[in-house]
Amino acid sequence: AHLSPCSIFWYEDRPEGQKTQIEEDLNKQLFDNLVSFLRRSHSEFQEKTTEWNCQMKSREIPTAALVLGVNVTDHDLTFRSLSEVLQNRVTPYVALLQAKDCPGIKNLMQKLLGQLMNCYVDQNMYKICRKKSAMSLWSIITLYTCDSIFLFYYFETPSKKRTSSRHWQSPPVVVIFKDMESFTTKVLQDFIVISSQHIHELPLVLVFGIATSPMIIHGLLPHSVSSLLCIELFQSLSCKEHLSTIIDKVLLTTQFPLKLSEKVLQVLINIFLYHDFSVQNFIKGFQLCIVEHFYTQPLSVLCCHQEEVKKRINSLSHNQCENIRRLPSFRRYVENQPSEKQIALLTTDGFLKETVQQLLDDLNVYHENYFPVLRCLHVFTSSLPKYPLGKQIRELHCACLENRVWETEEYESFLQLARMLNKCDLVTMLQKCVEILVSSPGKEFDKTVEKLKEFLTQFQKLEGGCALSYVPLQIKLKLFYNGTNGYHFLWYILTLLELKESRRSKKLTKFEMLRFEVVDYIDSVVRNYLVPADHKTLHEIVYFNTASVLREHLNAAPRVALHTALNNPYCYLKSQALRSDGGSISNKAPDICIVYKLHLECGRLINLVDWLEAFSTVVTAVEGPNADAPSSDQVDDVIHARFIRAVSELELLGFIKPSKQKTDHVARLTWGGC
Amino acid sequence: MLNKYRAVSEQSCVGCQLTFIYVFICNLGVRWARQLRRGAAKALGPAAASRRHGNPGRPRAWLAAEVPPAPFSRRWQEGVGRRGPRVGGDARQSAPRCGPQRWGGSRGGRRVRVRAARERASASPRPPQGRWVARGSQGPGPRGGGGGARAAAAGGGLGAPAMSQAERKGGAALEVKFVPDEAVLRHIADDAGIKVRKDKTPLTVNVKRFVKKLDTLSDDEAQEFLEEKDYVAALGICAQDLMENGSSVGGSEVYSFQTPKRSNKMAELASELAQTPGQSVASDHSECPEKITKTPQSSKHSSSNKVQQKSKKNDFMSTTPYRLRKRLAAPDAYLESESEYSASCSEEEDDEETQKEVITVLSSLKTPAKAKVASTPPSRKKVTKKKDKMSNLVEEYFEAHSTSKVLTSDRTLQKLRKRRLNQQTLHDLLEKSPLAYAAEIEELNQQYESLFSKWMLQLHLGFNIVLYGLGSKHDLLEKFRISMLQDTVHLVVNGYFPSITVRSILNSITEEVLDHIGTFRSPLDQLEFIIKRFKEDSSLELYVLIHNLDSQMLRGERSQQILAQLSSLPSVYLIASIDHINAPLMWDQAKQSLYNWLWYETTTFSPYVEETSYENSLLVQQSGSLALSSLTHVLRSLTLNARGIFRLLAQYQLENKDNPSYPGLSFQDFYQQCREAFLVNSDLTLRAQLTEFRDHKLIRTKRECPLILEEALNATYKLSLLVAIRGWENAEVLQLFFIVFLSAYFYRDNETT
Repeated sequence: AHLSPCSIFWYEDRPEGQKTQIEEDLNKQLFDNLVSFLRRSHSEFQEKTTEWNCQMKSREIPTAALVLGVNVTDHDLTFRSLSEVLQNRVTPYVALLQAKDCPGIKNLMQKLLGQLMNCYVDQNMYKICRKKSAMSLWSIITLYTCDSIFLFYYFETPSKKRTSSRHWQSPPVVVIFKDMESFTTKVLQDFIVISSQHIHELPLVLVFGIATSPMIIHGLLPHSVSSLLCIELFQSLSCKEHLSTIIDKVLLTTQFPLKLSEKVLQVLINIFLYHDFSVQNFIKGFQLCIVEHFYTQPLSVLCCHQEEVKKRINSLSHNQCENIRRLPSFRRYVENQPSEKQIALLTTDGFLKETVQQLLDDLNVYHENYFPVLRCLHVFTSSLPKYPLGKQIRELHCACLENRVWETEEYESFLQLARMLNKCDLVTMLQKCVEILVSSPGKEFDKTVEKLKEFLTQFQKLEGGCALSYVPLQIKLKLFYNGTNGYHFLWYILTLLELKESRRSKKLTKFEMLRFEVVDYIDSVVRNYLVPADHKTLHEIVYFNTASVLREHLNAAPRVALHTALNNPYCYLKSQALRSDGGSISNKAPDICIVYKLHLECGRLINLVDWLEAFSTVVTAVEGPNADAPSSDQVDDVIHARFIRAVSELELLGFIKPSKQKTDHVARLTWGGC
Repeated sequence: MLNKYRAVSEQSCVGCQLTFIYVFICNLGVRWARQLRRGAAKALGPAAASRRHGNPGRPRAWLAAEVPPAPFSRRWQEGVGRRGPRVGGDARQSAPRCGPQRWGGSRGGRRVRVRAARERASASPRPPQGRWVARGSQGPGPRGGGGGARAAAAGGGLGAPAMSQAERKGGAALEVKFVPDEAVLRHIADDAGIKVRKDKTPLTVNVKRFVKKLDTLSDDEAQEFLEEKDYVAALGICAQDLMENGSSVGGSEVYSFQTPKRSNKMAELASELAQTPGQSVASDHSECPEKITKTPQSSKHSSSNKVQQKSKKNDFMSTTPYRLRKRLAAPDAYLESESEYSASCSEEEDDEETQKEVITVLSSLKTPAKAKVASTPPSRKKVTKKKDKMSNLVEEYFEAHSTSKVLTSDRTLQKLRKRRLNQQTLHDLLEKSPLAYAAEIEELNQQYESLFSKWMLQLHLGFNIVLYGLGSKHDLLEKFRISMLQDTVHLVVNGYFPSITVRSILNSITEEVLDHIGTFRSPLDQLEFIIKRFKEDSSLELYVLIHNLDSQMLRGERSQQILAQLSSLPSVYLIASIDHINAPLMWDQAKQSLYNWLWYETTTFSPYVEETSYENSLLVQQSGSLALSSLTHVLRSLTLNARGIFRLLAQYQLENKDNPSYPGLSFQDFYQQCREAFLVNSDLTLRAQLTEFRDHKLIRTKRECPLILEEALNATYKLSLLVAIRGWENAEVLQLFFIVFLSAYFYRDNETT
């Protein structure tokens, strides 16, 4: 409704750009993962060619078991790019098989050949096959057809494809089983047995996509079959790492003007962690955020790249200026201005535009500084024991967005722990921070970098002084380094001891002084740059913060809605008649609510007659006692009809079903806790 | 604690009225006694059992050996009184045994019961030291006496943080442990509800004592609640601006659809509801005459009504904050049972004074003025609720389904002398009655209509939209179609149509959208073809509207898979509605990601007119005018003579319906008959006619004898694609159908059956 034409235009192209960007990210991540995989499977294959005799004897098919994790929905993407990569770099013969397409070995072969020959396999090949099957045993025929097709294929292809130089001399045939678990055992077994017969003629490589654990192969296949496979295990990137990458690349950059507020991000992450582990769903949620933001926030026109902001601000209409004035954060800003400026801001559009330009620039600078500092802080927090501010940078990000991070208890404990860091760690952390800050686009960091470098040189100077006391500790730590818990435990003890010692001596060493200084400095940087976004003026333009919308559309609760509607129709129908005391159901509620309410009182079976009578009692009571009272067992036709309607509606909704157990009874399909 | 026990026992001795604790102990006691005895007898023989009674100095060790593991004991205790007692040897044996039994369903349950009954029959009188309980008990029988008390105490002691030792003076030092509060409360609240009614004065005393204990417990509960809430809050359920409070309902409330077990509960609630707004209805309803006609104590009655209302209030309080409400509302079973017995107070005619007391006690329980007492009901619930929620649900389910006995009245619609309405009259009648809250519904609809443009946008961005919520979404989608999809290619699928199939959906896409003529071997092939076409031609766009995606015909796994794949095409825009409570269970992760749903709640409250018109409701006349109308298509195409032939055949077959080995009318006989009726003039004609029937799949021929296929009725499916009648296999229905069928088409003047 409030959609300005400009923003329509804007969001049309906007999400697309981001989406492709995200997908590129995903792919990039994936490729890195796959290149190694490829190399290994290459070598595997080469091995196979070299050790020909051995392979032939054992008739083992080289197999890659690719453990992908339970986020099944993301696998599609992975496999698509996998087959793309394979086709580009290794072999033209890649077939992707899905369990749902292959209920039988016949379908499997059909699909396989179809994909290998890059065309839709028409029926004639199968007609032959069928005719034969009519004559003799089906299994033999399948075997026969399979290998004939394979052979046919194998002898056909080299002549065709030999021209392409990027592939090998005799390119392997890669068959990918996308969802290994859902294939029927029979199909897999048959396929493996059949193809192992021809492994010496056909350079076949299998790839099993596995969602659960590699043990499933042995669960699915009997030993006689699994012994035909030469399985190597590959682990894909876990979905959590995947998510971190995406958050890192998309949300924690200044590249994209749209930002997510803490609540929204929390909702998205929670859906990811508690519901599906699906990166794709996360991206979908993010897309929804983009759409929602540009659709509902009229000022989202201004949410764009720095270069365009100026142009857009100039083209703002009066109404849009008014919208800006209505923004809470802007009003807060105005209130803090001197009075003459206040008037100017509230009356002249021109001045307002200038200020807005200024403020948006500020906001941009804030972001430019925010992210590097956030990363620096993460360098510290992520290496401390117990991760006071969260292990992942996203947790830290949320904490910083939520409120002033330095006011939280966790931050306190972070500072305390940081004050106990040993020199070695501290130096490496500082070096990392310097790297981060140097590579960041923020312009204000020159001073900070200088300061940090100064600290580093000071640490180096300290070398002789007090490093000695840390040497034995370092050695001890090394011993425990392998078991993380043990390490942390020891770390605690040591730091406590150290603390005690220093208390006892009451004299700070030079190193300790310096350490305090460093920590204080970092604290000041954090206070300076990590202000939560909603303290910033005009943050509404850039931040999407209606988390409830997101939850409503992505993580809906249909049963709750149904329950509420049936139990408390007043939530939806704002009629005074329905507003009974305390929100309980009144007898004027819609028929279905009354019928539902009555049926809750019953056990497993419901007598329709009783139900009908109860219903008519309620309904006639509403219509007034004066209405000619129907005789006790004669119910008004209209009421009867209404009852029938309500009951069949309940049936449609799945609360009851007809039962044959007893005449004129229906069975309840819900049962409950009492 | 010790004092408490003593006090209670004295009261019982003096007052000879049972407190609820006694009821509980007895309930438990019988079972425990039995279990102990059996376990002992099993493990060590009868000598050991007697030694136990003779040597009360070591009861603890004994009992410890026989107490079942904690989860089992709790489950076990919950089940007391309602299920037949579960008999088991000792803990080690009975715990595993109870698993399969339960899952085994009704048969297992019955077996247990039989055994229990036998056990009961052989139960011997108890030794004297236990009599103090037995004497007062009127409930589950005095035979369960002393050992029972002991056992109950021991069993309870397991879970109870606080336990007391009560030394009996009679030389037999007996260790008495206190029963866990939740178990006690459970039994007060539901099992012993009827008994509680009978005792008056002790109630308040005990309640007060309980309060002290429960307060300490409730802190932990609150803690747990807080933790649980973190996640909820994180998901934004408590987010500030909920446009409807619907979303703030916790899952536990929804998933526990309460089921009290009294058979006449419904009538009670009905009358209660009827009275709610204060219109005193003098309904002469047969179900609750006692209640209403007996109004000498009307003042009391109204007060008890108030109590009910108050307790109701707790159930659905929408103004209370979420956390509190959750706590209050979930176990409303207890409230219900309370209100139940306060409501049925009026049934007890004999002692009015006592009733007055009960009522005052109850109302004092509810008044916030007496803070200490008033806090009891919620804390009660809290304790019972949280811990047992899960096991409870499971328990309830299997309990409800283990017995074949159904506690409902035997009245049937026939006795009501109510003629069954047919679809048409039903429709007419409903037309007449005005739609309630039309204005509000209209308002709701307008609210949703404002979303149309947003939907369009989101559809184009690759999302698909699913609508949920109470009320028909048919009209809404229709409006969407009219307002937004005028100039586009769109396909409307009426999922509620009983004979809709995915295949027909795919067919209409290939034939009407893609103009493809030809058939496909399987829906998968067809889908592949469609996908290919849509990928090739990027200008192709298709909007698919599916009413009731969760209908009977479409909810299958394969159908959903195909539809999901279809909807995942970038240029196919799907907008669908779901109604069934379990509809979201159709989709696994993979399908959901294919569908890429955006959920929209559109609760319209409008009646499901279209959706239920095909449904064969129990109350609608079974013959179904729809079925008949579909048959017209077949029969109209036949000549008069052909109809006659069919009728003749059908008549013969109906006459011999009861004879399973009926060979059929031989062709020659049949020909004779037809000739006599002037239906055919040569056997060639008859053969041709029969061939036609056969082609229409109306008859089959068995050894030259034409027989009407039972599937002849099914043939209506194929011809009209309209009706799904349940219970084909049911001969009665079949006969009825035939009669209607014949009468409607051959004796048109006499349409009523």
